[in-house]
Amino acid sequence: MKLVIERRDTSSTLMRFAAPVASIFVALAFAGFLLLAAGINPLEAYREILIEAVGSTYGLSETLVKATPLILAGLGVSIAFRMQIWNIGAEGQIYIGAMGATWVALFSGLENHWMLMITMFSAAFICGGLWAGVAGFLRARWSVNEVIVTLLMNYIAILLVDYLVYGPWRDPQGFNFPLTAQFADAARFASFFDTRLHSGFFLALVFALLLYLFMERTVWGYQIKVIGSNPQAARYAGMRTGQAVFWVLFLSGAIAGVAGFSEVAGLQYRLQHGLSPGYGYTAIIIAWLARRSAIGVVIVSLLMGILLVGGDSLQMLWQLPIAFVYAFQGLILFFLLGSDFFIQYRLKLIRGIRHG
Amino acid sequence: MVEILLDATVRAGTPILFATLGAILNERAGIINLGIEGLMLIGALAGFAGTFYSGSLLIGVLCAFIAAFVAGSIHALITVPLRGNQIVSGLALTMFGIGVTALFGRGMVGETIVGLERIALPGLSQLPIVGRALFQQDLLIYISFILVFLIWFFLYRTRIGLGLRTVGENPAAADTCGISVSLYRFLAVTTGAGLVGIGGAYLSLAMTPMWIENMSAGRGWIAVALVIFSGWSSHRAMLGAYLFGGITAMQLRFQAIGTDISTHILQMLPYIFTILVLVVSTIRLQKGSSQQPQGLGQPYDREDRK
Amino acid sequence: MPELLQIEHIRKTFPGVIALDDVSFTVATGEIHTILGENGAGKSTLMNVLTGLYHPDSGKMCLDGTEVHFTSPRDSLACGIGMVHQHFMLVPAHSVFENILLALDKVPLLYNRKQYQQKIQKIIDTFELDLDLDTEVWKLSIGAQQWIELIKLLLRDCRLLILDEPTAVLTPQETDRLFRVLRLLQEQGKSIIFISHKMREVVEISDRVTVLKKGRSISTLDRGSFDREILAGLMIGQDKIPEWQKNLQMSENIVLDIRNLSVRNDRGLADLDQVSLQLKEGEILGIAGIAGNGQKALAEALTGLKPVTRGKIFAGEVDITHSTARSSYISGIAHIPEDRKSIGIAPDLDVADNLIMKSYKNPLFRRGFFQNRGAIRRNAEDKVSRFAIKTGPDGSPVRYLSGGNIQKVIIARELSENPRVLVALYPTRGLDIGSAEYIHKVIVEGAGRGMSTILIAEDLDELLKLSDRIAVMFRGRIIGYADPRRTTREEIGLMMSGERQDQAS
Repeated sequence: MKLVIERRDTSSTLMRFAAPVASIFVALAFAGFLLLAAGINPLEAYREILIEAVGSTYGLSETLVKATPLILAGLGVSIAFRMQIWNIGAEGQIYIGAMGATWVALFSGLENHWMLMITMFSAAFICGGLWAGVAGFLRARWSVNEVIVTLLMNYIAILLVDYLVYGPWRDPQGFNFPLTAQFADAARFASFFDTRLHSGFFLALVFALLLYLFMERTVWGYQIKVIGSNPQAARYAGMRTGQAVFWVLFLSGAIAGVAGFSEVAGLQYRLQHGLSPGYGYTAIIIAWLARRSAIGVVIVSLLMGILLVGGDSLQMLWQLPIAFVYAFQGLILFFLLGSDFFIQYRLKLIRGIRHG
Repeated sequence: MVEILLDATVRAGTPILFATLGAILNERAGIINLGIEGLMLIGALAGFAGTFYSGSLLIGVLCAFIAAFVAGSIHALITVPLRGNQIVSGLALTMFGIGVTALFGRGMVGETIVGLERIALPGLSQLPIVGRALFQQDLLIYISFILVFLIWFFLYRTRIGLGLRTVGENPAAADTCGISVSLYRFLAVTTGAGLVGIGGAYLSLAMTPMWIENMSAGRGWIAVALVIFSGWSSHRAMLGAYLFGGITAMQLRFQAIGTDISTHILQMLPYIFTILVLVVSTIRLQKGSSQQPQGLGQPYDREDRK
Repeated sequence: MPELLQIEHIRKTFPGVIALDDVSFTVATGEIHTILGENGAGKSTLMNVLTGLYHPDSGKMCLDGTEVHFTSPRDSLACGIGMVHQHFMLVPAHSVFENILLALDKVPLLYNRKQYQQKIQKIIDTFELDLDLDTEVWKLSIGAQQWIELIKLLLRDCRLLILDEPTAVLTPQETDRLFRVLRLLQEQGKSIIFISHKMREVVEISDRVTVLKKGRSISTLDRGSFDREILAGLMIGQDKIPEWQKNLQMSENIVLDIRNLSVRNDRGLADLDQVSLQLKEGEILGIAGIAGNGQKALAEALTGLKPVTRGKIFAGEVDITHSTARSSYISGIAHIPEDRKSIGIAPDLDVADNLIMKSYKNPLFRRGFFQNRGAIRRNAEDKVSRFAIKTGPDGSPVRYLSGGNIQKVIIARELSENPRVLVALYPTRGLDIGSAEYIHKVIVEGAGRGMSTILIAEDLDELLKLSDRIAVMFRGRIIGYADPRRTTREEIGLMMSGERQDQAS
């Protein structure tokens, strides 16, 4: 007897949507064993996460706050995914976007709130876009692997922001902490309900809607879909794939840059070391779990927001390193990739000859 | 002065050399592995913990190999029999590695061990200029020298090496010759991962004999880039790793003697340098004889062929 | 003769396709047994079942009277069954030696290079082949590559050799040489399964012929009881091939003028070497030639997919030499690509989106930046009914369509803007007879409206039937022209092999 793999006649629709949900739960179970091995009661930990993240108005608002940069960065990564371009550099693009917005807030001399908002937004958008655009240009011009370039540029971006906040941009009144001076009120988002929830969240939702329309209703979105589905066919149809690669990575980085803008204008009111605890990496998971859909990005970002808020409190309660969230996200991806197989194939037993 | 710089070059290049060799084994079999960074961390922690508890560096290195081998088998399982997306699976492995080592490394933070010692080879170590850098090093560095040759020999002079290259170039051809594509790919991924783990262990056992969260600091990604620079060959991987080591050594030297340049800017140099190397080697790759395995990144499904 | 292999009622299905319905036949020791069938009759699938690459859904396979189940090519090789695939299973980056060594059984981990080289060299000498063991395979001609495949099997002492359309890539002279070797092998007691759809060769070499049609083995004939007509009748069935009315009063208006066109490939060699040709309005110009003699480069240069190294292309008065794919589309050149699935469609998009792949910028389908979804849907409805495309449920990706329907989607798209020139590469390859006929009809009707076609095909019948003129390509050059009303297959064949120059122009 021998086990063989057979392709299914049609891929199972039920499995396709059930798989991400199931993966999260299986990953939760598996992560439980890891926690157990590290000496932490997983059930208590999960209860803690839920209570902290959705058990109160404050917890809920914190979840939305965490979800804000995730939605934006996730949308950025997912638009590149649509074209089979891998933007692993959202983390760096967030930093660079925040850097651009901070420059405007601190040094442009503008004082009008709306002028500031628009200029900060544009600066973040362009900075993030150009940062990713470097990888886009290299990929379009010489087919340089964009995964490695975007990733390595994360390290450079973080070091660049470090350079600024430890050096020229450091707040003279900041007791030598690596951070800039605080923004003036005119350079800040409005917050709501006496919580930390700020306009950035609604900006993220607007972006989700815009991106949905962009992909499904515009000529450019159509081109991205064709190129993503089959770049050779796109070339054959006369599409300029090289230009498209550049612009999609630009757009992808620009949206991630807006996430950086939203963080400094809505939450931190300054540029500082450790501005993002890895939102850009979580965004990759989000884009993959969301299966290319903008709405999916919003939903998955909210789930990840819960995890991050819970993770913060676990860190305080049990000194659990926040990086543990990565292990959990890695597990989700493993299980999702594994389950994808069963959407397309099934196993079958057959008889075989004896060897030897 | 030159001697010290060369010595630092070899030492800084060695973890990356191991990682690049491991990644080459993966890619020669047709599997992209973006989990190198995570595997290095797993190797670093396992190596440190193994040494810490057993008191033996050898057991530590073995632990690093085994731990990375096991972690690599997750990637192998997903990409080979389950035909999952290799890029996403590799990224997941990196994230998993960062998270898991942060979780289990909590107890190791601040502990110390006695790191690998230098062994001077009689005679050779007295050579001018290169003597110290090449022949007065620790055991793992000597092993890395041998490994560079062994991998070349394995790939080009043994039957299994030929099979491995075929699996990476044209899995369908390998299949019709009766070579088990899945088995070759699986073992190439796991064994390669084990080598990457040793590279990680070099960080925590020799370079800085302690465990620091996220201590690989992007070296795994640099290794991924160097695979392309190397043209998938082991001796060019050595060149690439030492080039990178040289940049790092110079950067540290600058920091030590103290210049007006910010340390943050200096720390960017290896990453910028890697990107430049990647661009140049990609252009070179397109111009002439492409060494890239033709089946790289493609899952093999026998009934999928035309 | 004792029966070596018995095949009984083999059935194999793929998602949505019955590749093999019911196949039975036997092969005797020392026999050359031909499996004859049209494209799509299931020949290749059958062979993949024999070699263990595919698992049959049902049926029985006996070797020397005992039933066998192969789960991988390793099993069939162990039983002495070896195959030369139509798409060679060679590694282009490896040397000849490495490719052959790979196929050998029981090579020790550390092998003696010299000893194996001598062993292989001996076989090369026996058959008087011209092969250098250290050359990388990609540098060799297709014919030479086939010899490597054959040597691989001989070194493994295979009892049963399966050759899948081995002559498709050979010149008639190379074919003769192959047949001499096959007879030699037959004398040594080897059995050979020969797959072809070329009647002349089948009649020449076979001891027995089994005809395959639509996945069924419909009959097996012994030598002496078949000739070309009988076999053709069995293979194609009773349907008479309609003879198209050729365009007799051709306009003298030249729509496409190619002058001294040269194209270099990625390796710097000439794919196309100083080709000149002129295409008249409404003309169907057939291009014959063995695959790999520059046909593809010609098509790609015409459609802007490949940069031209030297020479000029004029569409009427306009110089389109350096146009990109988009501008050549605008200047009226439509293109049916060779590999329809990997170039012709965006497999994840639905039929409607695939139909506008070239005209999505047309004002008809857009309102400014936005797409006009209504117009796109109406266009799809119109094309689907006009070209009789069988689509799945609304919005389902086009990759789930059958090959024939995918080709119809491509043709509907390419012809929708009334192009002046159609460049069609192997437009009926791998299609069932119905779809192939339909595509022929579309091309001929187009010619009636004044559309000119460059038809690149491997099937001489197809070329003879449709073309007003046939150009023959050899090694990147047009070696001559033939008039389909007067020429014979043999003459074209000789030109394809580079033996004969011009016949008539």
